[in-house]
Amino acid sequence: MSSTNRTVVVTGIGATTPLGGDSASTWEALLAGRSGARTLDDERYAGLPVRFAAQAAVDPSEVLPRPLARKLDRSAQFALIAAREAWADAGYTARAGEDTSVDPDRLGAVVASGIGGITSLLDQYDSLRDKGPRKVSPHTVPMMMPNGPSANVGIEIGARAGVHTPVSACASGAEAIGYAVEMIRTGRADVVIAGGTEATIHPLPIAAFANMMAMSKENEAPEKASRPFDKTRNGFVMGEGAGLIVLETAEHAAARGARVYAEVLGQGISSDAYHITAPEPTGDGIAAALRHLLENTGLKPSEVVHVNAHATSTPLGDLGEIKALRQVFGSDLDHMAISATKSMTGHLLGGAGGIETVATILALHHRIAPPTINLTELDDEVDADIVRDKPRPLPEGTISAVNDSFGFGGHNVVLALRSV
Amino acid sequence: MAATQEEIVAGLAEIVNEIAGIPVEDVQLDKSFTDDLDVDSLSMVEVVVAAEERFDVKIPDDDVKELKTVGDAASYIAKHQG
Repeated sequence: MSSTNRTVVVTGIGATTPLGGDSASTWEALLAGRSGARTLDDERYAGLPVRFAAQAAVDPSEVLPRPLARKLDRSAQFALIAAREAWADAGYTARAGEDTSVDPDRLGAVVASGIGGITSLLDQYDSLRDKGPRKVSPHTVPMMMPNGPSANVGIEIGARAGVHTPVSACASGAEAIGYAVEMIRTGRADVVIAGGTEATIHPLPIAAFANMMAMSKENEAPEKASRPFDKTRNGFVMGEGAGLIVLETAEHAAARGARVYAEVLGQGISSDAYHITAPEPTGDGIAAALRHLLENTGLKPSEVVHVNAHATSTPLGDLGEIKALRQVFGSDLDHMAISATKSMTGHLLGGAGGIETVATILALHHRIAPPTINLTELDDEVDADIVRDKPRPLPEGTISAVNDSFGFGGHNVVLALRSV
Repeated sequence: MAATQEEIVAGLAEIVNEIAGIPVEDVQLDKSFTDDLDVDSLSMVEVVVAAEERFDVKIPDDDVKELKTVGDAASYIAKHQG
């Protein structure tokens, strides 16, 4: 078998999200239709146009020892927590090498963030301004560099085949998983841990996103603010956390008797070349990524039963996505159960592709699609079958799903997964 | 009033505990910051800055590399404290 057609499977998942401190509690909350959005009580947010967000359900300071946590940006803390869960969930018991079932030279890590260690940067600027240069932490650089989470995860599990950090705004987490698939298919690695993380809940990023008119300003009802595909949707709700998965060749998984959640068929990637932040309104850019996905993987639209939509709850973005899905999938779109889990988790930016891939894997594994909450009046232009209010069972037999992720800059990344 | 050697070691133990999580009773004169106390080169800068504040002493970067053990640091602080 040549290295280009190796079968890639998922053997471990990990997440820490606004809905739960691990993937099991997150999944339970997704099926229950719970919102993770809450009012931000801290007085630092008092004068802001947006005073709510979907904060992590379990603060990383409750999980990681303080001496370790103080050297890591919050985004790296989330990544490390999700990585430990995914690594153990895959059945690995120690770092590569110490656990002899994985060779460190054949193990990679690809963990992305859209923004990087921005809260560390801003906090250290406060120290510089208020207390002087001597009080700037010597850990600042590794805390603010965007590859920090990936490198820390790589150190944690002993990954020596390469540690990478693709950056494509809100498509970053999905692009990381696509990159991991390529690392395995091109023969660089047999096992790769991959996903996305983000921690941007701070007055500055919130003010900045709010001034772009990208965020919902419904301070009175945070849990209702994220409502993808609803006629009255008015912007995204910021979330934070991480979602990571362990990918490996089917042969590697079989050789060690690992449990397999799903097969990763591959990715489709395109770029809009249209506007730095506005979504391309016809959906042509996204459609190109979807076509690339079908060509790349041999997947047929008739096999796709579920789509975890990018759907951030912005007026233009949600519509462009549906237009693209209809353009490429045609009438097959009618039998796809479409879920917008950001209605519950908020938008984790670079972490979104990570936790939504985890959700897509669990949807295939348990054969049930999570609901889209807060959808009271479907936008007339949304010509698709959105899973509303409660979860929906998925068919038996071999089924496939697509996870969409798009980012500022016009990045489009779509992933395809198949049940096993 | 200048701190005694005992007070300096106790103070360093609290600082190392705060930064590296090592129990205070393990922070002894003969212990190496790097090899025994899990204080890497970056964390050592934190130890130095905290010690400077606590003992009213200046420890220039060039002198930091000479401070290999808790005893080295305690002697340096005892000699240079203000």
